[in-house]
Amino acid sequence: MQWVIEPLQYGFMRQALVAGLLVGATCSLLGVYVVLRRLAFLGDAVAHTTLPGIVIAYLNQWNLFLGALAAALVTALGIGCLSHRERLREDTAIGVLFSGMFALGIVLISRTRSYRDFSHILFGNILGVSTGDLVGILLVGLIVVGTLWAFHKELVLTSVDPLHAQVIGLSADKIRYLLLILLAMAVVTAIQAVGVVLTTALLVTPAATASLLTKRLQRMFALAVLFSTMGTTAGLYASFYLGVSSGGAIVLACTLLFGIVFVTRSLVRYPSFLILLPRPIR
Amino acid sequence: MSSCGREHPRWAYGERQHGRLRTGAVPLQVSNLTTRYPGTGAAVLANVSFAVTAGQRVALVGPNGAGKSTILKTIAGLLRPEYGEVRVYGDPIGTCHHRLAYLPQRADLDWRFPITVAELVMTGRYVHLGWFRWPRARDWQRVHGCLQRLGIADLANRQIADLSGGQQQRALLARALVQDARLFLLDEPLNAVDEATRDLVTEVLADEARAGGSVLAATHDLQRLGESFDAVIHLREGRVEQLETLVVAHAVPRPARTIAAAVSNQRMGDRSCSG
Repeated sequence: MQWVIEPLQYGFMRQALVAGLLVGATCSLLGVYVVLRRLAFLGDAVAHTTLPGIVIAYLNQWNLFLGALAAALVTALGIGCLSHRERLREDTAIGVLFSGMFALGIVLISRTRSYRDFSHILFGNILGVSTGDLVGILLVGLIVVGTLWAFHKELVLTSVDPLHAQVIGLSADKIRYLLLILLAMAVVTAIQAVGVVLTTALLVTPAATASLLTKRLQRMFALAVLFSTMGTTAGLYASFYLGVSSGGAIVLACTLLFGIVFVTRSLVRYPSFLILLPRPIR
Repeated sequence: MSSCGREHPRWAYGERQHGRLRTGAVPLQVSNLTTRYPGTGAAVLANVSFAVTAGQRVALVGPNGAGKSTILKTIAGLLRPEYGEVRVYGDPIGTCHHRLAYLPQRADLDWRFPITVAELVMTGRYVHLGWFRWPRARDWQRVHGCLQRLGIADLANRQIADLSGGQQQRALLARALVQDARLFLLDEPLNAVDEATRDLVTEVLADEARAGGSVLAATHDLQRLGESFDAVIHLREGRVEQLETLVVAHAVPRPARTIAAAVSNQRMGDRSCSG
């Protein structure tokens, strides 16, 4: 058991583990809606478009968290606005804003003449999470999860039957904007853990893994949190012992869990799947 | 004075926004309705006028593109009329949500979303619950009662992804019943469903009509119009081509009523839609 306890003797590892678990739980709960409503591309776009917000905040010595949040909200609402009433297809709107905002971030970084300062934004720096960051992550997590709980029935209805929602006076567009705002908030917390480039994985992978195992929504929420907890913990330990990037290790651990569940499920449900695997030579 | 509270409420979702139904109000009155789909130049509906009275079941028939679904969507508040007026129980569109149930074509729902049949039917109660209120035991009792009436009580805990077309249609009708709706708008309710479901849907709608409810349904099923409906509105290219009263197979006792449908500018059929 020494190998379990040893990393936790370091304060930065304890902080990182708590931050990772909080971020993982927040993202995976929201991720269930992201997966079921097919918003994975949107999540990726929102994550990437926080870059200019972070850079502007850095250059002006503002709070990076708030800078990222502002940029994510602008993107989320901008996508909603561009695709409102099908003026543009949503994936097109995402593509335009996603690349435009990310390019703005790169141009702004190039003006600082140093890419090094921003490497922790691009690839995460969970080992450097401060107590103040932890409080921020906890608050955002509580807001996101509390909102998901409070608007659960409206989120479900607008996912299954947006027309019925509209008919009874519940605007599917407003609920969608709400989801986009929550997405922006969750993404900003995830950036601290795994960085801009890998944030989508925390949103999508645990929820996708859960969706392989159950068709019940409540179980899907529970399993998604379980898989994100397992992935985050395993990733952090791997990063500690192997000396590799913590963000990358967390995402790889989540992906590995997905792979294990996918293959196991396929073997159980479709034994003929074995045919695809290489056979031993006799 | 509106019978259902304010006109055009800003946040209409939830029972607290609804008033009581005015007795004697015409369930549906459509006058000179002209509608365009967003972004298109041509009108989908041109100057359409008709009415549906209490206890009446009216079919909308016509070729594809005639405007059947557009009429239903406009009455349901999903499309904004460009010109003309729609009154539901005397009120403008959007003020009497709880009395109007819209059953979309089944393809409009995401049937893969992981909820049970009972949970789907429960969404019919949301119009009464509104924000931050959760279904109570009596709401679940209503749901199970309606599932029983539609013959799918045994499917209550099944995922909606596992339903057949007929079972999906029954679940949607159960949701409309749970809502306590009085005006049923149905888009192709009898399309691609089994014979038993077809009979059951027809029977339930007839029961609702006997109890004073009203039905307006888009349908392609011309074979059984006489069994399922009291009147037919023939549409062509967004205009009412003909209004027709049918000889009802099973007489539906209902109060004397005024002219059920009138056409303003279109060619009038030789029979009127009145009962």
